[in-house]
Amino acid sequence: MAQKLRIAVHKFASCDGCQMQFLNLEQDLLTLARQVEIVHFAEATSVMQQGPYDVSFVEGSISTSTDLQRIQQVRAASRMLITIGACATAGGLQALRNWKDHGEFVRAIYARPEYIDSLAQSTPVSAHVKVDAELWGCPIDQQQLKRVLSDVLARITPRIPGESVCMECKRAGNVCVLVTKGEPCLGPVTRTGCGALCPRYERDCYGCFGPQEDGNARALGRRFQALGLSADEIVRRFRFINGWAPAMRAGAQAWEKQKPIIENMD
Amino acid sequence: MTAQSRLLARADFNALIHALEAQGYRVLGPRERAGAIVFDEITRAEDLPVGRVSAQQPGSYRLEDSGNGRFFDYVHGPESLKRFLFAPEERLWTVSAEGTVSFKETLPEARPVAVIGARACDIAGMQVQDRTFLAGNEKIPPLLKGGHGGIYTDPYYATRRENLFIVAVNCTRSAATCFCASMDTGPRARAGYDLALTELEDDFLVEANSTAGEALLAALPLRNADAGAESAAAEAIEAAAVSQTRRMDTTGIQALLFDNLEHPRWDDVAERCLSCGNCTMVCPTCFCHSETDVTSLDGATSEHRRQWDSCFALDHSYLHGAQIRPQIRQRYRQWLTHKLASWIEQFGTSGCVGCGRCITWCPTGIDLIEEVNAIRATPGAQRAADI
Ligand code: SF4
Ligand code: SF4
Ligand code: SF4
Repeated sequence: MAQKLRIAVHKFASCDGCQMQFLNLEQDLLTLARQVEIVHFAEATSVMQQGPYDVSFVEGSISTSTDLQRIQQVRAASRMLITIGACATAGGLQALRNWKDHGEFVRAIYARPEYIDSLAQSTPVSAHVKVDAELWGCPIDQQQLKRVLSDVLARITPRIPGESVCMECKRAGNVCVLVTKGEPCLGPVTRTGCGALCPRYERDCYGCFGPQEDGNARALGRRFQALGLSADEIVRRFRFINGWAPAMRAGAQAWEKQKPIIENMD
Repeated sequence: MTAQSRLLARADFNALIHALEAQGYRVLGPRERAGAIVFDEITRAEDLPVGRVSAQQPGSYRLEDSGNGRFFDYVHGPESLKRFLFAPEERLWTVSAEGTVSFKETLPEARPVAVIGARACDIAGMQVQDRTFLAGNEKIPPLLKGGHGGIYTDPYYATRRENLFIVAVNCTRSAATCFCASMDTGPRARAGYDLALTELEDDFLVEANSTAGEALLAALPLRNADAGAESAAAEAIEAAAVSQTRRMDTTGIQALLFDNLEHPRWDDVAERCLSCGNCTMVCPTCFCHSETDVTSLDGATSEHRRQWDSCFALDHSYLHGAQIRPQIRQRYRQWLTHKLASWIEQFGTSGCVGCGRCITWCPTGIDLIEEVNAIRATPGAQRAADI
C-alpha cells in the first residue's frame, strides 16, 4: 500500500462550517484515518505540524495582510491545494465589503481602528496562488467532499461537476419553482453539488454553490426583471454568498449603480 | 385497435386501478405536487388532478380550477415516460477489489409498472427512444437503426420497457405550448400503448391495443360503446388538434439548419439561453448521459453510475483536453440541429414529437419554433465573425 498521504486543513477568513463538514464525516473519518495522516487541522486537533503536505484543504478568504503571506507559505508547502467553500473559492459573504469603503466600516465599528489589519477587499485563494481544485458551497457538501477525498486517494484529479442546479432538480423530479411560481431562482446559473436542496423544499436557490461552469447570469437577470424584481433586488440576488465570483458579478453588473470601490479607483 | 370499443363510467374509474393492482402492477398516474402534475403512485381516482387544468406558456406553468370534475384536462406536466425507462440516475455495475477484482452487473428489478395518463406525445417520445436503447431488438426495423452502429440493446432500459403497461389518454384539450398535430404524433395515441382512454361527458371510451390490454378489459365493468360515443371521442380529439396555435414547419428542415450554421440567430438565442439544460431534461427523446465511477473511501469497491446529461453542460463536449462547444451559441445550435435535423439521418425520425415541454419548462421561455422560424425568415444571413 502506498504511503499515507499527509493532509492539512488550513483556516483563513471564514466561519469554520466547511471544516466542520470534515468532522461530520463521522464514521468515514475512521476509514480515512487508515489512509491519511491529518497533520494540521486546528478545528480538530492541537497537533499542528509543519509542511510539506501532500494535500492542503483551504477554508476562508484572503482578508488580512497576514493572510496574504500565509497563503504563500501554505502553497509552497503543499503538493496539491484544494479550496473548500464559498469564502476560499469566491471571497465569501465578507466580499460584500468590496463594494463599500472599507476604511469607513473600520472607523465606524472599532474604538481603535489602528489595530485592525484587514485588507480593503476579501478575495478568493485563486487570486493569490495556484489552486488545483475548488470545492464550492456554503458550506461544502459532505458527499462531494467524500468523492473528492476518494479521488485524491486514488491519485486522480478530483472530479467536481460544473453543471447547473436545474440538471439535478430534473433528475430528482423536483418541480421548477421559477416556472410554476415565478420565484427568482438562481438554479439555472448556479453549480450543482448541493443535491438541489432548496428547490426540493419548494424554495428558490440562492446560489450558495457559486456559478455553474458557463451559464448566462445576465439573461437570468432579465428574466427576473420580467418576473417583477427591481434593479436593486436583482443586484441583491446575484451579490450574495458568491457575489464576488466573476459570473455573479456579471449578473449584477447590468443593474448596479454602485461599482466596487477598488475598481472605481482604477 | 379492437373492433368494438367500450365505455367505462367515470364513477367506475377505481376498477381500472384495482384491476391493474390485482395483476401485480405498481400503478402510477398523474398527481398534483408543488404546483405541477407529475407521475406518482395512485390508489384511487381521488388521487388524480380532478378538475385541474394547466395554463402553459413559454417559461410558465400554472394549475387552475376548471370548475368541472374531469380527470385528464390538465394535459401534461414536466415529466414524460422517460424517467420510468431511461432512469435519471442509476447504477450499472459494481466493482470489488477485495481479493481479486470482480465486476457485477446491477440490472433493475423486473417489476411490472402501469402508467395511467401517458399522452400521444409521451408514447411517440418513447418510441423515438426505443430506437436508441433497443436498437439490437429485432422488433425495430433495421432501416430505422441508422448508420451509427445500432446493434446494441440497453438491458437496463429494456428490462423496464418489457415491464411497462401503458394506459394512454387521448387528449381532448391541448396546452398552448403543444404542437403534436404539426409533428403528426398526436393528440390521439397511434400505437405502442396497451389501453387508450378518451374522456367523454360521464364516461371513458376504452380501446385495447395489446393482448395484455385485452386481458385487462375483461376485469372491468364496461358497456359497449355506440357510434355516438365513438364520434364524440373523435370530435373531442380533433378539437384539441385544431385548438393548437403552435405548429412546426419542418419543410426542408435538415438543409435549412445545416445551411445556416453561421446564422446570426444563434447569437441572438445565446443572449437569452441560460445554458441550464432544462429543455434537454424534460424532452422525452433526449438520451444523453454521463457515466462516472464512485469509489468507496477505502478503495475496496466502486460503482459505475449513469445519469442524465445534457449538451448544454460544458463537460459534455470536453474531449481530450479541449472544449469543443465552449460557447452557448454552439451548444444551443447543437441541441436544435440534432433534435430537428441530424436525428432524422441518425434514427430515421425527428427527435421532436411536439410535446412543447422544452418551451414551457425553459426558465427564460425560449421557443424552438420561433428559433426555426427566425432562420427560415432570413436564410443565408451570416453572423459577424468572432473578434
Ligand atoms: S424538442 Fe421540445 S417539443 Fe420537441 S419533443 Fe423535445 S421537449 Fe417536446
Ligand atoms: S402535445 Fe399533443 S399529445 Fe402531447 S399533451 Fe399536447 S395535445 Fe396531448
Ligand atoms: S433553451 Fe432554455 S431550457 Fe434550454 S438551456 Fe437554454 S435557457 Fe435552459
